Parts: sequence; structure tokens; C-alpha cells
Amino acid sequence: MTATASATPALDVERLREDFPILAERVRGKPLVYLDNAATSQKPRTVIDAVSRYYSAENANIHRGVHYLSERATVAYDEVRARVARFINAASPREIVFTRGTTEGINLVAQSWGRSTLKAGDEILITGMEHHSNIVPWQLLAAQTGATVRAVPITDAGELDLKAFDRLLTDRTRLLAVVHLSNALGTINPVRWMISHARERGIVTLVDGAQSAPHLPVDVQSLDCDFFAFSGHKVFGPTGIGVLYGRASLLEAMPPWQGGGDMIETVTLEQSTWAQPPARFEAGTPPIAQVMGLGAALEYVEAVGRAGIGAWEEELLAYATERVGELDGVRIIGTAREKASVLSFVVEGVHPHDVGAVLDDEGVAIRTGHHCAQPVMHRFGVPATARASFAFYNTRAEVDALVRGIRRVRSVFA
Amino acid sequence: MSSLSELYQNVILEHNRSPRNYRVMDDADRKADGYNPLCGDQVTVWVRMDGDVIGDVSFRGAGCAISKASASLMTGAVKGKSREETEKLFERFHQLVTGTLPPGESETLGKLAVFSGVSAFPVRVKCASMAWHTLKAALEAGQAGGRSGGQAIGDPDGPAGRPDRAKDGAAGPPA
Repeated sequence: MTATASATPALDVERLREDFPILAERVRGKPLVYLDNAATSQKPRTVIDAVSRYYSAENANIHRGVHYLSERATVAYDEVRARVARFINAASPREIVFTRGTTEGINLVAQSWGRSTLKAGDEILITGMEHHSNIVPWQLLAAQTGATVRAVPITDAGELDLKAFDRLLTDRTRLLAVVHLSNALGTINPVRWMISHARERGIVTLVDGAQSAPHLPVDVQSLDCDFFAFSGHKVFGPTGIGVLYGRASLLEAMPPWQGGGDMIETVTLEQSTWAQPPARFEAGTPPIAQVMGLGAALEYVEAVGRAGIGAWEEELLAYATERVGELDGVRIIGTAREKASVLSFVVEGVHPHDVGAVLDDEGVAIRTGHHCAQPVMHRFGVPATARASFAFYNTRAEVDALVRGIRRVRSVFA
Repeated sequence: MSSLSELYQNVILEHNRSPRNYRVMDDADRKADGYNPLCGDQVTVWVRMDGDVIGDVSFRGAGCAISKASASLMTGAVKGKSREETEKLFERFHQLVTGTLPPGESETLGKLAVFSGVSAFPVRVKCASMAWHTLKAALEAGQAGGRSGGQAIGDPDGPAGRPDRAKDGAAGPPA
């Protein structure tokens, strides 16, 4: 346990679990053991109620009517934007763009900032640890602009090769796009250090925060990144809503990505002028109910306390790593010094899908497959892995259920 | 019997451990590669025709127990069969694993009936059928103008395709 953890009051996990209706469900006749939080997190009652309340009592479009409900919805929508800004310590709510999710945020940066900035010969630097959503948008951009995509290699432990990183930062590098917390390996990357090196060279930086936002404290001013993208549904909020943080000076200079209502200043049949950010990047009616749900989710996380969440998840991951690691014939993929919330493993001689099927029969939900990170799988020479991923509502008893399930896998496929 | 033991019947576990006809075929006259982009599973099927019937068939690949056992049992079931008979068998097999085979018809599938448990697990249908889609593509490679992903060996224009991509793949896990 770290010093921070011992100074933090312990979470009352059993009581917190009662806030999540789905955790009382049974699957295949057994209590649900939900260890697939990196894919999506479960929702507390307050989030479900916020979405439901919006549709039951508050539904109206925003930024349009002068009527009561529309005004209330507009105010509530903008309050969530301010809450998001506080959640990641952005300097201003104007730096918070609502998107559909992390993927859309990254594509927005690629197609707006990237397409208007990059030219042939420029380099985009990513890493070998990225989710497909932080690879493919840059490949598309490279094909459009003539830029090239390069990648920082991974060590055997599943850490970024930082010496190679320094060599790969060149006078041609225009963008560094890096994952904060790897969904496939659980590695926490030293993004703050990487960003400082990149910024010394005037390189624009983007952090994929899809996995870090639910598990680590995020402070975009301290990270000093230019863009930070995350998803609502992984941070206990609804699907269909995400956030792109953008440094104000960059957002102000960026052209619109999609055109439509709400993103304009004036429109004539000949030409239009654009609204200021963030509205410039929010064409059309946004997912208002989902924004309300996201606001409730962030409020919930803050009430639980991110320090307590971090400390408990660290303890849980250490326990799971020890218990799973001591099983015969099990190999943990990703053994970085700094890790959070993710335990990827393979069982010798058994395909991960079969591991997942046996665990499922025990009520234990994990993810199996390539985790949308095929380059990581190639790097470790496996077609796929089994992945248990934790949230603060998971317990030691659930880790024990995982371990029992893996033992059964070994006996079924002996 | 639980649905899990219905899925992993002993015959399937045994074929997963010791797959039959698991080899590269040097004298094959056609082959095809199957790939499931959603889970990364991959299979190659080789065929040597003996007149109108399959004289020999083999496979190699990486996949789960269901996909490996299915490929193994498939090679045993189609040897000596014509292309038409093989396609009819695949049709009945596909009905079996999707739970749409009319009652009483499963005995016509012989050993392949051990895959009946797959129908309770819709996401595993693609595992059970990937080798069959790939075999079908290999057989079509021998047909002039066939729009297959298979490759007639010795035909430099034959496409090295991924026949399995469209069918059954949609049921896979999301990214």
C-alpha cells in the first residue's frame, strides 16, 4: 500500500455495491461477478435516475426555445460541461467538447486539427500500445495528407521503450497521440513526462484517456496536454456520450468538423460563419439525456472519492495479480511496474474464448479477444488474451471466484 | 447436463487436444484462408480433389476448442464426398449450430451432432462454422468464375481471400 492509500479512508465497498442495481443480478444461476469494466462500467442508480428523470420530467431541446423546459435543459446541459471541466481540471468549460465517445473525440482532432495542419512529410507519433481508435484515425489522416504514422515500441514487460520514444521525436513530428492507461495491458504510461518532451519541440499532444478517466486522477493542466479524450460509459455514465478536452488556443483556431445546427454564428445560402468553441464542434442536437447521465456519474465518482477508488483498485489488482499469477499454466500479459485495473492473461493450451466460456458458466464476466489492440497481441505473440478488469465495486471474493473459474478451466481442458 | 458441458462434449475436447488432419498438404490442388477479424481466429484449409470427390482435406490454424474441433471433425466428415454433398452437409450443420435444424434430423449429421450445444451460445456459431466457410471457399476456387475467397493452387490469379468475414461474423464481441 502506498502512503496516499493509507491516508485515505477505506471505501465501504459492500454499501457502494448497493448503488448499482445490476450487481444484484444472477447470471446462469450464479451471482454476477462483473470483471469487464474496461469494456464498459456499470451504472449507479443516480445515473439511471438522471436519464430517466430527464425524459420523464425535463425533456426539451437545448439552445433553442424560450420556453421553460428548454431553458432548464440548456442550463443543466451547461452545468454538466462545467462539472466535466472541474473533473479533469480544465481551465475553462469552453475547453470541453461533448462527443459520442473517445473514438469520436480522436477522429474530431484528426479531421479538424490534423487535416488543416499536416502536410506530406510530417510525422504522427503513436505507440504500439494503442487501442485501434488511436491508430486508425491517424492512418486515415496520413492517407489524406501524406503524413506518416510511427509508433513507439513496447518492452517485454509491456512498458513503452522511452529511449526509442526520444529517438522517434524528430523535427518532422507534429503530433504525439498516446494512451494514458492501456486497455489490453493495464500499463500506466508516463504521459506527463512524454508530453513535456514533445512540447519542448512544439509538438501537439493528445492523450487517450478512455481507461484512465475512471481509475486515475486526471488533471489536464498538470499533464499539459493539448487534447484529452474519454468516454462517459467507462466512467459509470451512459453510452453515446464522451468528452474531448482541447486547449482553448487550439480549439479556437480549428475549423469545424461536422456542419449543422448549433455550430454556426450566421448562415446565408452563400456562406456561413462558425460559432466559438465548444459549440463549433457540436453540430446538431446533442445526446442531452446522456449528458445529464454523465453529470450524475461524475458527481457520483467525486462523492465516492477518487483517492479512495484508486487505493482500493490498487489493492484489488495486487491481490488478483498474486492469486492468478500463482496458478499453474497461467501467464500474465503485461507486467509493467505502474499498472491499474487490468489483468490480462493466457492459460497454457486453452484458447481465451474457451477460458471466457467456462468463466461465464460460473457467472464471471471477463473479456476475451484482442481487445481492439491487435498490435499488442502481435507484440506478445498471442492471438488473444483473457482480461479481467476491475472497478471500485469489485471485491476480493470476486477475485476468488475468478481464480476458482480459472482452476475449472484447467480441469475441463486438462 | 449444464449448457457448458453440452457445449464442450468429450468428443469436442478430444478433437481439440488431438485434431485430425492437422497438417499442411503438399499436394493440395486448392486452399483457402479463413479469418475472423472480430476475435482474430484464423484457419487454412487444403483440399485435393480426386475426380469429383474430395480425395484429401487438411487444416491448420489458431482458434478456440470449438473452431479447432469443428475443423477436425469436418475433415473426417467430408472426405470422399462430392462438392454438392459437402455443401448440403454444411447447410445441415449450420442449421444445427443455429438451432434451426428440424427435429429428428440431427442423426443425419453423424459425429457432427456433438455441436448441437453451440446453438445455446450464439456468439460461438462463427467459431463452429469458420472451417466450413473456408472449405466452401476452397472448393469454389476450382470453379471457373466462382466468386470465392479461395485459391486454386497453380493459378496465379487466384485471390487469397477471407471468405469468412461476412457470414456469422456479426455475432462476435465488439471492440
